[in-house]
Amino acid sequence: MSPRNGRPNVPVTIDGQDVKAFEGESILELARRVGVPIPTLCHLEGLSIHGGCRLCLVDTGDHKLKPACATEVTAELDVTTTNAEIREHRRRIVELLFAEGNHICAFCVSSGSCELQDLATEHHVDHIHYELGYERHDVDASHPKYVLDRDRCVLCTRCVRVCDEVEGAHVWDVAMRGNEARIVAGMDIPWGESSACTWCGKCVVVCPTGALSFKGRATGEMRHDPELVAFLARARDEGEWIDRRAEA
Amino acid sequence: MHDIHTIDPVTRIEGHAKITLHLGDDGEVADARFHVTEFRGFEEFCKGRPVAEMPGLTARTCGICPVSHLIAASKAGDAIYAVTPPPAAIRQRRLLNLGQILQSHSLSFFHLSAPDLLLGMDHDPATRNVFGLMQAEPEIARRGIRLRQFGQEVIAAVAGQRIHGSLVVPGGVARQFTTEMRDRIVADLDEMMGAATATLELLVSVEDRFERELHSFGEFDSIYVGHCLPDGTWEHIDGKLRIMAADGSMLVDQLDPHDYREVFGEAGKTDSYLKSPYYRPYVDGDDPRPGMYRVGPLARINLAERFGTPVADEGLAAFRERYGRIARSSFLYHHARVLEVIACVERIAALMEDPVLFEEKVRSQAGINALRGVGASEAPRGTLIHDYEVDGNGLITAMNLIIATGQNDLAVNRTILDIAREFVDGPQLTDGMLNRIEAGVRAYDPCLSCSTHAVGQMPMAVSLIAPDGETLAEVRRD
Repeated sequence: MSPRNGRPNVPVTIDGQDVKAFEGESILELARRVGVPIPTLCHLEGLSIHGGCRLCLVDTGDHKLKPACATEVTAELDVTTTNAEIREHRRRIVELLFAEGNHICAFCVSSGSCELQDLATEHHVDHIHYELGYERHDVDASHPKYVLDRDRCVLCTRCVRVCDEVEGAHVWDVAMRGNEARIVAGMDIPWGESSACTWCGKCVVVCPTGALSFKGRATGEMRHDPELVAFLARARDEGEWIDRRAEA
Repeated sequence: MHDIHTIDPVTRIEGHAKITLHLGDDGEVADARFHVTEFRGFEEFCKGRPVAEMPGLTARTCGICPVSHLIAASKAGDAIYAVTPPPAAIRQRRLLNLGQILQSHSLSFFHLSAPDLLLGMDHDPATRNVFGLMQAEPEIARRGIRLRQFGQEVIAAVAGQRIHGSLVVPGGVARQFTTEMRDRIVADLDEMMGAATATLELLVSVEDRFERELHSFGEFDSIYVGHCLPDGTWEHIDGKLRIMAADGSMLVDQLDPHDYREVFGEAGKTDSYLKSPYYRPYVDGDDPRPGMYRVGPLARINLAERFGTPVADEGLAAFRERYGRIARSSFLYHHARVLEVIACVERIAALMEDPVLFEEKVRSQAGINALRGVGASEAPRGTLIHDYEVDGNGLITAMNLIIATGQNDLAVNRTILDIAREFVDGPQLTDGMLNRIEAGVRAYDPCLSCSTHAVGQMPMAVSLIAPDGETLAEVRRD
């Protein structure tokens, strides 16, 4: 969330509460600023908007639900962030994520530090109503420090964005489409062979699940730290690391 | 041979099984087979997974003895990392395994077998269970529940939770042991010592009632296999394997588990998902039965000269005075189990005084330094071996799990045959006979979920099958 100048002056109603938004502010930014919780998965403060997970869908009175992260406020907008229909949408999205991957918390390295696990708890997902895909995925353990387990990847693209936008290395991309879509290093080479990778580990700390982890960590030992990116982005935007003594 | 009796399902054991009794033309029992009817396939689906994940993953084989798999998997990981865990980590693992053996033995003795032993084999099946025991002998049942609870509490104190705690990792353990953890354990030690010794006294007082069972429940010569220190002290987690012949002579001593393939083979079967490991030098041809050996509490106390703790050693001396230096009957697994419960309590108490347990350094770090690693320990039911092969990145390429119950499979089959020959008379299945066959299996405390890496509870079924293949009788218990 980049700093904004002036005072918020766009009148918006959010869950019946009259508030003022900044010009150009997203519904998600506004909601977080005024303390209204909206679940997210792909969104991460400090990175560009992806709008892929659809967990932040809200009702704006339009004919369809809209992603709060990618929808800017407009004057007199009346937003409902949660109701029975929205809750059902979100629960089904979480179930689909589970059905698509091979998510088994019992022995996952990130159990206890997993946003997907938290979302499942929050949305009372105790059964998956969809047929499980049991897709066969490879584990890429070729990197000396990190492991990529595609079984646990939800294609949120946080790793792709943080590597490109913050680290500037652009190791990661999404290859293929639909069910075949997967995160790849370079031109689909083993991660350990990527000369672009700086070993910085930002992709690992922002990963919301156990897809990216530190090598050698056992069950439940991985702890992610996605807030790190917001800190880095803010420091970069505000020039915190630039020595301004010469300018003065 | 034609007639076949089937016991299906077998009750009060962990997992699913059935038994078939094959009658010969003379109407006598000619053969007995123990069939494990479930399959899980850990050895297959672990392929491609990181070795660091194996303790957590393979522990899911079983909710009774997850600690055993945690430890064996972590030791296999130690071997692949080529590291020695710090002394404090080894002691934490020891403590955890003692808690595991204690709770599992208490479950086996009090919850599963005590109804047979204390209420009698011919007691009404409707109340011949732990609830019937609670009604008839509330104090004894309470003691059993407390002992099991204590074992679980030791595990919870060290590993964070009673089942599937996340403590043991390749290279050591994840956390330092604290005085708060110790305080949770020491508070109950005196009560547990009293409960354990009272249990031994109780068992000794009722054992005379089971003279016929003593001589028919697997009283035969066999090899014994288990961990044992070089000086003959009972061991459950470190050290190497001792292989002893039926007469007490040493076949192999201090075998590195890494070399287990040199002496143990594994036979597959067409009628059970349980593999039958055997002692290779005794087998010439396809029939693994000459290589039958026993593991578990009875084997461990036969292999060891001593427990190395005073009260358990006193019990062991009395046991040997009564049953000889090498106890042959599988009925005595119960007695061995109770002796081990005492030893576990004593060793837990000793560990609480050990300053090394509390040391800060608990984990050795390394990468992939070997492409094969074997980890072994004593699970409550016997020797457990995890054998992993990995690629250069530490992903599993091959896995072999050798589980205690599987190693006892040939002995279980032989025990069922002996019991059936002693108690089955003609083509009818009687309650008394069924009860004894089940109790004979139960003496081994088999865990079929582990041994086939299979899922589920364990009802049991018995079929009696005629020489022409016709099923004469079938009994099923859920």
